[in-house]
Amino acid sequence: MTASTMFEKIWRRHVIAEEEGEVLLHVDRALIHEGSSHAFEKLDSQQRTVARPKQVFAFNDHYVPTTGRDKGVDGIAIPEIRNMVLKLAANTAKHGVTLFGIDDPRQGILHIVPPEQGITQPGLVICGADSHTSTHGAFGCLAFGIGASEMMHVMATQTIWQRASKTMRVTVNGTLGFGVTPKDLILAIIAKIGAGGGTGHVIEYAGPVIRAMSMEGRMTVCNMSIEAGARAGMVAPDATTFQYMEGRPYAPKGAAWNEALAFWKTVPSDTEARFDREVTLEGADIAPMVTWGTSPEHAAPITGMAPDPERELDSTKRAELAAALEYQRLKPGMALSEISIDRVFIGSCTNSRIEDLRAAAEVARRGRARVPAWIVPGSRAVQRQAEQEGLDRIFRDAGFEWRDPGCSLCTAINGDQLKPGERCASTSNRNFRGRQGTNSHTHLVSPPMAAAAALTGRLTDVRKLLK
Amino acid sequence: MTPFTKLTAIAAPFDEANVDTNQLCPTRFNKVPRGPGHARILFHDRRFALDGTPKDHILNREPFSRAQIIVADRNWGCGSSRESAVYALYEFGIRCVIAPSFGDIHANNCAKNGLLPVVLSATECAVIRKQLNAHPGATLTVDLSAQTVTDVDGVVHRFEIHPVRRKCLLEGLDDIARTRQYAERIEGFEEAYRNERPWLYSNP
Repeated sequence: MTASTMFEKIWRRHVIAEEEGEVLLHVDRALIHEGSSHAFEKLDSQQRTVARPKQVFAFNDHYVPTTGRDKGVDGIAIPEIRNMVLKLAANTAKHGVTLFGIDDPRQGILHIVPPEQGITQPGLVICGADSHTSTHGAFGCLAFGIGASEMMHVMATQTIWQRASKTMRVTVNGTLGFGVTPKDLILAIIAKIGAGGGTGHVIEYAGPVIRAMSMEGRMTVCNMSIEAGARAGMVAPDATTFQYMEGRPYAPKGAAWNEALAFWKTVPSDTEARFDREVTLEGADIAPMVTWGTSPEHAAPITGMAPDPERELDSTKRAELAAALEYQRLKPGMALSEISIDRVFIGSCTNSRIEDLRAAAEVARRGRARVPAWIVPGSRAVQRQAEQEGLDRIFRDAGFEWRDPGCSLCTAINGDQLKPGERCASTSNRNFRGRQGTNSHTHLVSPPMAAAAALTGRLTDVRKLLK
Repeated sequence: MTPFTKLTAIAAPFDEANVDTNQLCPTRFNKVPRGPGHARILFHDRRFALDGTPKDHILNREPFSRAQIIVADRNWGCGSSRESAVYALYEFGIRCVIAPSFGDIHANNCAKNGLLPVVLSATECAVIRKQLNAHPGATLTVDLSAQTVTDVDGVVHRFEIHPVRRKCLLEGLDDIARTRQYAERIEGFEEAYRNERPWLYSNP
């Protein structure tokens, strides 16, 4: 038998039928949230039911408030937002789907909770009603985001029609430098291959830097695969993966654990497996990164400068750079460390896990926030652990605001948003125009870089503060 | 799903790479149930000022306000998986987007809603956008059956499309109808799979 990539192995085992190169895949788990109301509307309008309700998991995250949560759903002042939370509860109750609801002690973001609960496991196919479903690939599963029509199909049949992606391996050699995090790595990868560089591909991240990385870090890297246009991101499961999973509520126990473990060890790509495209980076070359523009590919080291469109030879690219700088109100060629910010957001499915909060707290305890700075843990579990470790005290003492879990200022639809013209150093994943509020400006950074920006009021090389 | 066969219509050029789905449908409109109101949601924050007055935007200008085709640059529809971006395009009247590349999820969402995503080379897209900029209101003809786009100068560009996507769009088929034929195979698959990985089903 020829050598296979991890993607190919998982794909093959899930094929039910094939039509002219399009295959019907079995879906192990489907992940939905309040925004899946469109999928439920389609399901209801066709009078269909959820085929395998025990394999569908729902999360209150996009629309939940991040303060005043003691009042539960009644604490949501805006009726349209409250209605989204209520609708998900009604739809999941009607169809027998498990809901991690607003009052659940396990509540959190749909890409934070399933790994915590052991729902995410190696070798699975996971479909989520959200593009950052790629996060789960950190466990060696094939996980990707889909729209409402496809989610309706998944809920109705527990299957999805797919065409095989090409494979890309991104190998990161050596080690990451002082003050450099998985977020900086993925921003560097996107800057290198472009926001469409992964289109049509599933990316497997490999090499010593990935092997040495925690599950939290691998999730951050896989999370932003979609920002490179990739269908999914993956990391081979190893001892780090299994150690993370053991004892989690949905993880197998006893004899079943050993049986599962034997299977999980067969999931990684074979040594001789061939990838359609190979990309290599040196860990030591990567500095703390910031985005200056309106696409995640507009990323550069904090030691760098905003581009000067006049120096761009390609006229299309020149116009694009000029438009991004104009929207962001930045001067061509200005030092990135001169960019003043109005707000800081530490949170989102990219960077709201315990390690992210620890890294941010390590910076926060060295000073005091000069601008409003929010910490939004990814889940109740992360929030509790951080509080046990005293991180909330460190943040509060440094003038940061400690809030309740949800998507918050990343997707900016729960009522948390920037005012027009405000500029935010954010640990989220998208710096699109208006993403954090109409006419707002976003600079994507790592959690320690965000904390550093809070202490100085501008984009700052965190390595100077950590020395 | 309404079939897509052949369309001759006004095309609007978008000389901008990486147009993300947040632009097509700002997030706060995601909670709006699909309806005619989505026409105004398309590019809302680009087309309308904070007080709701129209801005100078190509889709607010005649004749492009009647466009049914968009000719874009690379990575159209990147970002969020929101299908509301397609509802906005469709309700505005757009039936086909031509671009050198698409965000994967958005292209799927388009096809599942009867909106044809056409991939032509970056050079071809640039040539057609230039024609459309020079001749506002000019039409293109997109023939899915023949897999061709006829540009303003009458030059015919052939495009590739997966045979299943083509068939579904031409006939207006939805996936559920296709999947239903495999009901027995799905059951057989699930039985074998559950025996092989029983630990996946022991919820706490």
